[in-house]
Amino acid sequence: MAPILKVHDLVKKYGDLTAVKEISFEIHEGEVFSLLGPNGAGKTTTISILSTLFPPTSGDAIVCGHSVVNHPMAVKRSIGIVPQEIALYDDLSALENLKFWGQMYGLSGKALSARIEEVLAQVDLQERAKERIKTYSGGMKRRINIAVGLLHKPRLLFMDEPTVGIDPQSRRAILEAVKELNRSGMSILYTTHYMEEAQELSDRVGIIDYGELIALGTQEELTAQVGETDTLILHLGENEDPAYLAESLRSMDCVIQANPTDHQVAIITSSAEKALAPVVSQTNALGIHIYSVDMHEPNLEAVFLHLTGRALRD
Amino acid sequence: MQLKKFFILAFKDIRLLLRDRSALLLMLLAPFILTLGLGAISGRFSGSSSTGVHNIPVVIVNEDAGELGQALIDLFQSSELKGLVSPTILDEVEDARKYVDEDQIAAAIFIPEGFTVSIIPSAGQISTGDVVQIEFYANPTRPTSAGVLRSILDEFLNQVEVGRISAEVIVMQLIEEGIFSIDQAAMVGLEIGQEMAQAEGLQSSITIRNETATEGESIEFDILGYMAPGMAVMFLMFTVTDGARSLLIENQRGTLPRLLVAPTLPGYVLGGKAFGIFLKGAAQLAILIGGTSLLFGLEWGDLTGVILLILAAAFAATGWGMLFAAVLKTPGQIAVTGSAVMLLFGILSGTFISLQYLPDWINVVNKITPNAWAVDGFYILSIGGELDNILNNLLGLTLMGVVLFVIATVIIRKRGLVIK
Repeated sequence: MAPILKVHDLVKKYGDLTAVKEISFEIHEGEVFSLLGPNGAGKTTTISILSTLFPPTSGDAIVCGHSVVNHPMAVKRSIGIVPQEIALYDDLSALENLKFWGQMYGLSGKALSARIEEVLAQVDLQERAKERIKTYSGGMKRRINIAVGLLHKPRLLFMDEPTVGIDPQSRRAILEAVKELNRSGMSILYTTHYMEEAQELSDRVGIIDYGELIALGTQEELTAQVGETDTLILHLGENEDPAYLAESLRSMDCVIQANPTDHQVAIITSSAEKALAPVVSQTNALGIHIYSVDMHEPNLEAVFLHLTGRALRD
Repeated sequence: MQLKKFFILAFKDIRLLLRDRSALLLMLLAPFILTLGLGAISGRFSGSSSTGVHNIPVVIVNEDAGELGQALIDLFQSSELKGLVSPTILDEVEDARKYVDEDQIAAAIFIPEGFTVSIIPSAGQISTGDVVQIEFYANPTRPTSAGVLRSILDEFLNQVEVGRISAEVIVMQLIEEGIFSIDQAAMVGLEIGQEMAQAEGLQSSITIRNETATEGESIEFDILGYMAPGMAVMFLMFTVTDGARSLLIENQRGTLPRLLVAPTLPGYVLGGKAFGIFLKGAAQLAILIGGTSLLFGLEWGDLTGVILLILAAAFAATGWGMLFAAVLKTPGQIAVTGSAVMLLFGILSGTFISLQYLPDWINVVNKITPNAWAVDGFYILSIGGELDNILNNLLGLTLMGVVLFVIATVIIRKRGLVIK
């Protein structure tokens, strides 16, 4: 079966800055594919190119059989997009917003009304549909933001960090909605910097950093890259020097890698359980105060750390 | 289908405006209040029987022995200007200046000796080409009244100039064709000049608003009628600036990028936004004009002309708005620049200070503003002009709009509608 999205050597430059560096990947029909990377990694730029908002500097992508470079209008008709911003009109009600955006996608009359009812049910906001968006909570706005992207029943949905800045309950509701959409057959390109979301939702994950796709595969394939290693995260006090501590820890036999970031040191070790005591002793010996310690088995965070030397949250 | 989206986009903006009470108040109430305030300051609402400036005291000192000096006095004493001006004839220039300096009169007019002769040489004399200048001595504390007097004087001088030039041209042709000699030229020229001036209708060309007064018909200059168009067009600039700002706000909030990834052509998105701005501007002007007409009895003149002028002014102003949206990058920049330009255009077009007190070059420079063309057009219509008389204004505004739209579109195409 032909992929629903095929990205080929996509490049986007802004002057001297290369925001996207020759990335290539595919998404298959019915798949949830996550682009995982920290803020500024190039996730939104990639989605912007794939949704025809900006042309690529070079390369191309075939979306539902149409080139984003040569047939942008056909691509627009095939895709739905849920942008990172709440791209709604605050002074219009949810119903008015949905009607307006439906009309922009060429829907009208009874078909539009019926579709509005369906998407409102999908995001569970029928009862407050007539209220203005500005009266909604952040989570409710995000759900209407998603509903707009679903109005014209797209084959492929782009979701750009749809859970940014919302409470855990709304986040959970959105993740469940994404799973439900996928179960109904929709293919989804999902970008996030939350490792847990990528792990929970995705069939496959692409890890992106500084505009480059540095790893691609199923979660099992990716975690296999770091081998049988665990991760220890030491959270330090504000006045402590993570770089100094990391330098010291690297000399220990049980430490494979030690990477300093803001107020913390991430340690890759063959066994977190065995390394914990000597690492804490060494830290205390240096007079450095540890606030808390996190222990992680192999996961996407560890993959990112392994590949970049930095924690994903940076 | 694409065209339908164009209208849906425009009407969405109108709907959003109707939901924004503060913007509505600023758009509609502020110009009303400012116009009323300035009208009150200028005396529009003072006095129970008065609805405007009237009986403007003026002193004329005539040292000219010829026909034109007397014609000017006759004009100020004519029945057409009765009620509007209250002229006094004095012999001494110094006395007249003293009255102005003591704020007893709005202005003094000095007609120097030889004024007529400098324009119409006597038989046997040849014109030197140097016209003796009439002096207008204005009272700076009464700018509006002085402005009215200056307008009457300017109109008189224009008519004299028309008569003089016409006579010169005709006489020169007649001499060249040998119909009469140089000796006869002065007398013939004088007769032609007088006929031309009569034919043009020296006094009838000065058209003053004729309003109902308590004691029969009197002619009054309505200060509110003078200020309302200026205020309305100035606030039109505010509205289009705000519309342009909304384009950049949509960019920031993500609705513009979302529109551009919907299957709608970018040109229709931009056009729909521009059409929404145009509709808002035209509606604002129409409401202000209708409101001042209903509430204060202002007569705006020929309805077709007024409607076309509203549309042309809104179109030109929208062009400015789109240029702001193309050149500036943030809503804040547009807000600051827009307010500054709104005030500058208002000043340049005489909304706050009569153009008679500003340098002549401003009358050239202000042609880049929609205000100058539109206010002039509304003034022409309000004094009885018809559609034919405002064709230049309509053309000027339309051309301005087209040129600005083209420039804005070129810049936006180059830069991209979405600013990253």
